[in-house]
Amino acid sequence: MWIDYLVWTVQNLLFPIVVPVVLLTGVILAVWIERRGAAFIQDRVGPNRVHLFGLPNAGLMQPIADALKLLIKEEFMPERADRFLFYMAPAVSMIIAILTYMVIPFGDVLVIGKYEIPLQVADLNVGLLFIFAIASLGVYGIVLGGWAADNKYTLLGGLRSSAQMISYEIAMGLSIIGILIVFESVRLNEIVRMQGELVFGILPRWGIVVQPLGFLLFFVASLAETNRIPFDLPEAEAEIVAGYHLEYSSFKFSMFFMAEYVNMMVASGFLVSLFLGGWQIPWLPTEVLVDRVGPAVTALLQVGTFVAKLWFVMWVFVWLRWTLPRFRYDQLMGLGWRVMLPLALVNLCVTSIVPFVLGIY
Amino acid sequence: MAAAVAQTLLEKFPKAVSAAPDFREEEALYVIRENLPEVLQFLYSAPDAEYRLLEDVCGADYPGREKRFEVVYHLYSLKTGQHLRLKVALSEDDPTLPTATGIWKAADWFEREAFDQYGIRFEGHPNLRRVLNHEEFVGHPLRKDYPINKRQKLTRPTNLGWEEGQSRGNGSGSEAGGEEPERMILNIGPAHPTTHGTLRVLARLEGETILEADPEIGYLHRGFEKTSEALTYQQVIPLTDRLNYCSAMMNNVGYCRAVEKLLGIEVSKRVQYIRVIISELSRIIDHFVCIAANIVDIGALTPYWYCFRERENVYELLEALCGARLTTSYTRIGGLSHDLPDGWVERCRSYIRERIPRAIEETETLITKNRIFVDRTMGVGVISGDEALNWGFTGPCLRASGVPFDVRRANPYYDYDKFDFEIPVGSNGDTYDRYLVRMEEMRQSLRIVEQALDGLPEGPISAQDRRVSLPEKDAVYTKFGALVQHTKLIVDGILPPEGEVYSVTEAANGVLGFYIVSDGTKNPYRIKVRPPCFAIFQALPQLTEGNMIADLIAIVGSLNIIAGELDR
Repeated sequence: MWIDYLVWTVQNLLFPIVVPVVLLTGVILAVWIERRGAAFIQDRVGPNRVHLFGLPNAGLMQPIADALKLLIKEEFMPERADRFLFYMAPAVSMIIAILTYMVIPFGDVLVIGKYEIPLQVADLNVGLLFIFAIASLGVYGIVLGGWAADNKYTLLGGLRSSAQMISYEIAMGLSIIGILIVFESVRLNEIVRMQGELVFGILPRWGIVVQPLGFLLFFVASLAETNRIPFDLPEAEAEIVAGYHLEYSSFKFSMFFMAEYVNMMVASGFLVSLFLGGWQIPWLPTEVLVDRVGPAVTALLQVGTFVAKLWFVMWVFVWLRWTLPRFRYDQLMGLGWRVMLPLALVNLCVTSIVPFVLGIY
Repeated sequence: MAAAVAQTLLEKFPKAVSAAPDFREEEALYVIRENLPEVLQFLYSAPDAEYRLLEDVCGADYPGREKRFEVVYHLYSLKTGQHLRLKVALSEDDPTLPTATGIWKAADWFEREAFDQYGIRFEGHPNLRRVLNHEEFVGHPLRKDYPINKRQKLTRPTNLGWEEGQSRGNGSGSEAGGEEPERMILNIGPAHPTTHGTLRVLARLEGETILEADPEIGYLHRGFEKTSEALTYQQVIPLTDRLNYCSAMMNNVGYCRAVEKLLGIEVSKRVQYIRVIISELSRIIDHFVCIAANIVDIGALTPYWYCFRERENVYELLEALCGARLTTSYTRIGGLSHDLPDGWVERCRSYIRERIPRAIEETETLITKNRIFVDRTMGVGVISGDEALNWGFTGPCLRASGVPFDVRRANPYYDYDKFDFEIPVGSNGDTYDRYLVRMEEMRQSLRIVEQALDGLPEGPISAQDRRVSLPEKDAVYTKFGALVQHTKLIVDGILPPEGEVYSVTEAANGVLGFYIVSDGTKNPYRIKVRPPCFAIFQALPQLTEGNMIADLIAIVGSLNIIAGELDR
């Protein structure tokens, strides 16, 4: 009896608390990877001074020190700013970033005896749509931040951001319809489970294998959605100084800052779930694993696999950021509307027709 | 050839033109202001020597004379490779003369500067405002009767004459009505990440497209020319470090060369070769900085570090010469402060053979064919060769527009004619070409350094001329003549003969000119610097209008505006 309550508690109370905490801790790791990765690419040492108790940690404590520094900085607000919106914007960004993550599965359903614990916060049957619905709200944080600060540069940043998000959301949405056709589900855990099968008996049936073009489009669009270089126009520091968060300081700035990295993790997690097999270990389906090592170890292995894949994608984000220059506004729009949208439509058409040609239906 | 032009002028305008005193074989003529437009027009299109490049316009003040002010034009003919100096005397009561902006657009800011510093009015000038000093400033600082220590408190923000209150970021544009829709006015700088030093550009925007741009300078104006008039010739050298601080050595060389011309001193071959080496090394680091800053403004930080790492290495070389990295003050009038230290040549050789070429290659690999970079720069900020010349462009920015003009080739100094190097030119005159030209110039500079190191002769590092060089310390203690010479040099300083010279060198940004007037005393009577980017930056509105904010950033970066020499 008590075990029923335990399972219920884990599922409904523990996960919703643990997952955001893990995400926010992940920000620390993400910042560390960003800074050390940049240093590695740029032939520098990178942060290596901050440590706790004299333990060498290659600068891993640096993000914590940065966060502390930000917390004790002066809270600045422009005189003519819209108070309410100015406070709200970073919160909106942060909440939405975390909320999006809630439907991404980090492991297969854990079966212990008669209990089934899905390793995700909410196993929505419309998970994919939920992500799109919530993620598109994320632009409000940026636009409101840009507007509320009453500064021309932030306004330009907000403007760029909204135009960019709308344009790339369309390409992004179209690019995954192919996935929906192939896997016939909008439930994320279902999609990941299907990716455990093999095509031609050898290749894992990952999204990237069955939808290579879709993967490419989705990857580029998610770079744009997370405002990363080469799409970091809303905060292009050389042009519009820092864009939408120019007037933010202290904790409000760190909210924006963390939201950006959480967004990256959401995008990575989403990308991994849809195209890189999610928690699937290639050639080792859950049933085989449970048979060999038991359900608990299986769950651990799968979560580990998912985390490893997620951080690999994060590293690619970092890698790109420190390699490429930035687009210009009109070029960015041109790429979104004239290249990515038609390609996504072509991908959609091909994906729809091929099953009929091959006679799968 | 040029003499022929002067002769023609004297014959054609016998009343208007008269010859100025001959000094150091420079062509100089007096013109009376009534005939100035005709004379200038004639020179612009004179058949034998088209003076297409207006290098400099500046004022000078001689309170003792009947006609107190003088406006000095320095023209250059690409055809003959000769400079021509025209001088117009003006009385204090009526310091006005016709503008030259109708012939050379380059005259725009130079005339504004003469107005700013001397109160000389140019009739017909489209926009005769102060340019270096603040609009609140009272008086004209370079006039001899303006005390050098007189300070003024200037607090008002500059109003560029654009209608105020037209738009705020959150302003409700469409509701305001009216026939013309409101446009957002964006103030870019002076505290903006890409305004390299301190520049300000006021832009009227439609969306992100720039309808109108107005560059504003003077934020780093520290009165170099006025200060120089109170110092001795040697004391000016440290000030020249601060002109183009990315390649301080070249300013040292340019200034000392001008003073040596004034004195009629020829420096030894060893000094010349060392000056070539440090100039070319400075050119390399200057181009590195320019390219790095341009790239980082476009959004790629990594190539920036690759460029700066090598710049750091070159700085170490320069540091070994003079103990300073940025404020070098390495040259002396008639020579250098120190000879090369032991092992320097080998060290320099290993840098220029291995490390710098590798950094150029790395940057090239990351950037030159990067699609985003090419899209961002190709066809952006285009200026044709004729236009560029008319605006007074020189250096890489002019060569990117396809005009193969380089002082090192056109008027070789310091054995530049003996070195084997190419002058790279662009074909489109856009931001991308300016980048490519700089990349190639670095490679050519490496070749020059290599050759100069190979041919480095032995010899003294200061001129054996008692007017400029201190005698040997032993001799000072033992010989009366040497003691006197030492004392006189320390107490009186260097005393050049009365006269005036204009000397140019090819600095990293283009033609760096020094116009020095000496009245025979230890202080220079007038020093005018012709900074290359002053002429270039005034063309910014033409380059940017119709482009986007992001283009403006890319264009400013490619012009390599150094506020230190721009504002002086």
